[in-house]
Amino acid sequence: MSTPPFATELADSTPAKAPGPLKGSAAALLVPQARLSGPIPWVIAIMIALVVIAAAGGLALNNLTGNARAELSGAVTIQITEANETLRKQKAATAAEVLTAQDIVASLRVVPEEELDEMLRPWLGDGAGSQDLPIPALIDVQLSSASGPEEIARLQAALDADVPGARVDAQSEWLQPVYSALSSLQYLALALIALLTFACAAAVWLAARSAFSNHRETVEIMHLLGGTDAQITRIFQRSVVRDAAFGGLVGLGLGAGAVWLLGRQFAALDSGMVAGGVLGMSDWIIIALIPLAGVALALVTGRYTILMALRRML
Amino acid sequence: MAMNERAGDTVNFDNVGLRYGTEPEVLSDLSFTLFPGSFYFLTGASGAGKTSLLKLLYLAQRPSRGGIRMFGKDMITLPREQLPTYRRRLGVVFQDFRLVKHLTAFDNVALPLRLAGVPESELQKPVDDMLDWVGLSHRVKARPATMSGGEQQRVAIARAVIGRPDMLIADEPTGNVDPEMALKLLRLFEALNRLGTTVVVATHDVHLLKKVPESLIMRLNKGRLTDPTGALKFPPRSTGPMGAGQ
Repeated sequence: MSTPPFATELADSTPAKAPGPLKGSAAALLVPQARLSGPIPWVIAIMIALVVIAAAGGLALNNLTGNARAELSGAVTIQITEANETLRKQKAATAAEVLTAQDIVASLRVVPEEELDEMLRPWLGDGAGSQDLPIPALIDVQLSSASGPEEIARLQAALDADVPGARVDAQSEWLQPVYSALSSLQYLALALIALLTFACAAAVWLAARSAFSNHRETVEIMHLLGGTDAQITRIFQRSVVRDAAFGGLVGLGLGAGAVWLLGRQFAALDSGMVAGGVLGMSDWIIIALIPLAGVALALVTGRYTILMALRRML
Repeated sequence: MAMNERAGDTVNFDNVGLRYGTEPEVLSDLSFTLFPGSFYFLTGASGAGKTSLLKLLYLAQRPSRGGIRMFGKDMITLPREQLPTYRRRLGVVFQDFRLVKHLTAFDNVALPLRLAGVPESELQKPVDDMLDWVGLSHRVKARPATMSGGEQQRVAIARAVIGRPDMLIADEPTGNVDPEMALKLLRLFEALNRLGTTVVVATHDVHLLKKVPESLIMRLNKGRLTDPTGALKFPPRSTGPMGAGQ
């Protein structure tokens, strides 16, 4: 009987411990993948698309709120309620003089009556210009700083002396309920993203467990032949990352397409406020990073799931 | 030293017991030493605990009590992460072969080398040579499902010995082959043994025991080791390279 052809020289040169990961075809051989035929890449694609839409919505709302706040932060409206038209005009002129003397006032404009009538016409119809329906005089004031309670009180005090009955309102206060609503929507978008992230991790967890379960026999054999947890985990990670990358790209395409279409629809409204919500370059960069975050999440979840399963084996 | 052992011992069991869950012990009070370069047969009736003992030897199971040292290391306290290093020093022929079903004969035999980090470019020749040696050079691309029991067994044996392990553990390795092939496989184990590998073969084939005259016999009876030939001493004596029998 001849001596069997052991891989003696190979065994002698083999590192005593911590061999590297199995690469390329060798790894693919051990855990053959029915890649992209299973539901997980598509589940990830849907999740990523929804995250992209939620993130785009949140970012647009953030831009809209920010722009509105910036525009209205120093804006104040003076309202003079006086039934007598002559007196009302006199009071408005006096108020304008008083306000001009204030150092915190950067500019002001007495809103012409015709403009007020035009603004109210959709609600009052032809009655808007009627002498029988007195309309308060309005003065738009732009302060040199933000309109805080202190500035409002100062203007009110200055007006009270010469123009009794004049009322000072910060325009930002009128929009406070709108800001609150927008803020709630932003939190809703964040909550949606958090839920979708959790759902995505759960899907990957289930997929990794299922893949591990399907290949448990192979994993046990590899373990008994000296395969390390790192080697085995890397094999599964490869397929998880491939699935997540595919799902991420498809999801980004779907989500970005939906956002673009919605953007066009809103742009058609031709509203100044909506225009403030346009997504900028930095927003699109954040959106483009979502699939990468998805792949990283899948990688970490997949790795953790497989390691946990392996640690239950000796 | 807490356990009976010598520095060069391959395996040292000290009062080892094994139970699964809350069941009674399937192995009790096992104390023995396996010495480098020795050839052991492990015999016993069905259900005596042979496979359980082999599981302890090939590090698929930890004992419920007692101590096990292998290659000079305490396997009880050895961190789990370090087990693969020692598993790579073992060659195992499982009773049910445990071939990876979707891999070819070539890839099954190459698996231990790949796991040990041998580059792909260096695999072809040794694997081809080993498959040729076990008479399967014509079945290189065959998958287990298309092989006979005997062919699968030879692939399993080729996989176990390809890396020239320090210890070969075989569970009924000749159970599915004809007498001629059984003898050939036994000669393979002997050749490996001559190169310094400790060989442990579990079998209930008494005829096989006579084919390797220099072998030592361990007999399991209801989970306890007996010493029918007087060749083994429990606890072992610290003598001779063939150890137990000297």
